[in-house]
Amino acid sequence: MTDERIVVVTMPKWGLSMQLGKITAWVVAEGDDVSAGDDLADIETDKIAGTLEAAGGGTVRRIIARVGEDVPVSGTIALIAPAGVSDDDLDAAVAEARAVIDAGVPEDAGGGPAVEAAEVGGRKITYVGVGQDGDVVLLVHGYGGDRNSWLFLQEPLAARYRVYALDLPGHGTSSKDVGDGSVGTLADAVLGVLDAIGAERAHLVGHSLGAAAAAAAAARDPRRVSSLTLIAPVGFGAEINAGYLRGFAGAQTRRELKPVVGQLFADGSLVTRQVVDDLLAYKRLDGVEAALHAMLGTLLDGDTQRIDSAAALTAAGGAVRVTVIWGRADRIIPAAQAEAVAAAARHLLDAGHMPHMERPAEVQAAIEEAIAAAG
Amino acid sequence: MARTITYREAINEALAQEMERDESVIVMGEDNAGGEGSPGEMDAWGGVLGVTKGLYHKFPGRVLDTPISESAFIGAAIGAATAGMRPVAELMFVDFMGVCFDQIYNQAAKFRYMFGGKAVTPVVIRTMYGAGLRAAAQHSQCLYPLFTHIPGLKVVLPATPYDAKGLMIQAIRDNDPVMFFEHKALYDLAGPVPEESYALPFGEANVVREGGDVTIVALGRMVHTSLEAAGQLAATGVECEVVDLRTTSPLDEDTVLESVEGTGRLVVVDEAHPRCSVATDISALVARKAFGALRAPVEMVTAPHTPVPFSNTLEDMYIPDAQRIANAVKTVAEWAR
Repeated sequence: MTDERIVVVTMPKWGLSMQLGKITAWVVAEGDDVSAGDDLADIETDKIAGTLEAAGGGTVRRIIARVGEDVPVSGTIALIAPAGVSDDDLDAAVAEARAVIDAGVPEDAGGGPAVEAAEVGGRKITYVGVGQDGDVVLLVHGYGGDRNSWLFLQEPLAARYRVYALDLPGHGTSSKDVGDGSVGTLADAVLGVLDAIGAERAHLVGHSLGAAAAAAAAARDPRRVSSLTLIAPVGFGAEINAGYLRGFAGAQTRRELKPVVGQLFADGSLVTRQVVDDLLAYKRLDGVEAALHAMLGTLLDGDTQRIDSAAALTAAGGAVRVTVIWGRADRIIPAAQAEAVAAAARHLLDAGHMPHMERPAEVQAAIEEAIAAAG
Repeated sequence: MARTITYREAINEALAQEMERDESVIVMGEDNAGGEGSPGEMDAWGGVLGVTKGLYHKFPGRVLDTPISESAFIGAAIGAATAGMRPVAELMFVDFMGVCFDQIYNQAAKFRYMFGGKAVTPVVIRTMYGAGLRAAAQHSQCLYPLFTHIPGLKVVLPATPYDAKGLMIQAIRDNDPVMFFEHKALYDLAGPVPEESYALPFGEANVVREGGDVTIVALGRMVHTSLEAAGQLAATGVECEVVDLRTTSPLDEDTVLESVEGTGRLVVVDEAHPRCSVATDISALVARKAFGALRAPVEMVTAPHTPVPFSNTLEDMYIPDAQRIANAVKTVAEWAR
């Protein structure tokens, strides 16, 4: 019987297809005291590098996974426990965890949940859902992103909710034709996915341009939106980093793209070669360049914002509870614009334009709070 | 891009998608239609190793079986390109290019220049290369250095299914003659490939593994052998950066030089013969433009300067393997003046 006071630190699942992770560095050592939210280790997958935060507090009693070793998702990599827990109990838990790590990924492990597709206005809109029970949550990515932007959040949220992430038109594996590229076309895709999954109501979480799509969907049909969480949304002020937007749309090579993408994060080291390569592979799909340029016209009026999401919230009639999340170090849209959002709750985090990738645990807590408050 | 297909299927898909998109794209070569008119339509080979399988029935009249006369059909393809078509001709094994070389190097490669930029020759010549299939001296060579030497030709050597599709699409859309080299031993290699069309630009090398100790520059099949060596070396504490050139003409000098500036050590891995080759070219490039960064002499791992042997045992020794690459990396990593 394992001592219940032992908190196991496990390899997180960052992205629905992730099966293995590798510790690139331990931030803590055995004997260190940690609190919830403290950085524990730097972890790398074949897709992304990130930092694992402690879910709970205590003393790090055992570090199990070695640096550079492949660990299956949910495998135990460290043990946190108070001083009262005996070494024998800890060593038993270590032996168990070591066996799991050494066994590797089971042969029959799937490649993640199936990608589904809805037809919306003649376009294929792809999405992925996880979670068995609870309210429906729909995650809407931003300009140039895709459903995988939520890799740190979708699986954790699925413990309580049915969580869907879609690819907006012009993005991911959805049709690359965006028509007029308007926010209305993007909102059609949001509502179309709700229809396809048979959800009468859903909590919408939108990032940046995706937040404008979510707000427009709420304006069109407020009864279908249980709550609205806007992460670094467009449409609440004039200022925006037009150079970033044009740079992203125009970049043709890794050398051009990397510094542009670096502006998204407070800490540019999050932009690994794999992140840039994946974005470049997306940008090189036929039709993507045209789609990105069409949406530039939606986003920009000269060097300032064209979209008015505040008007969309007004049109939604105040019936929808709004939460806004912003990174203080956002270099794309200044966090000061959070003041312009008629929001019931505001969360300013230590992050750049991508709080859901940079501070996922805090964003998850804010989303769960928003959903709970919506009743 | 979760879908996985083989290198062979990736090339086939690129051909099909471009034929769908652009009516001027045609495919021609020996047995490209494969069994055309025979009762077993679905059994048709589609080229000697099945790369064009299924295209004949999907695109009636646009997949042309040719006589066994390379000088005639390669010439016809180049002529069709100058007249507005986008032919993809299959020169079965690059070893056979001797009989049609004039059409390629002294005709197709020259038109853009000799007509003052007014003529374009958007032809793709697909061809198989490489040892390892027990095909002996006349069906196993790596003759891409010969084409790389000729201005006016673009030379492409995809190493993965993803690159094979994107580079083939770019080859077809490109307005210059492109030599597209397919390694026989890679056809069954599977990897992630988007279902949608995409073009990969020429002249962009790919850093397939990052590392700070030694740069390995490789191409084609040798990219995989180099990655195998890099994996073994990492266990001994030597981190290799593996650069896949992807195209030898145009050549992405910057990526090679930047990598060597970071590591100070270079091993070039090339399945071709060691004289006047891509390996010597990269070595010279680095010696000339990154001399100050070098902390050890450049090493080359290549086939020997002999024809590919018929004996299985000798052929296995002939092809550079991970052990030889690892030895070369150790030599440069441990080198002291």
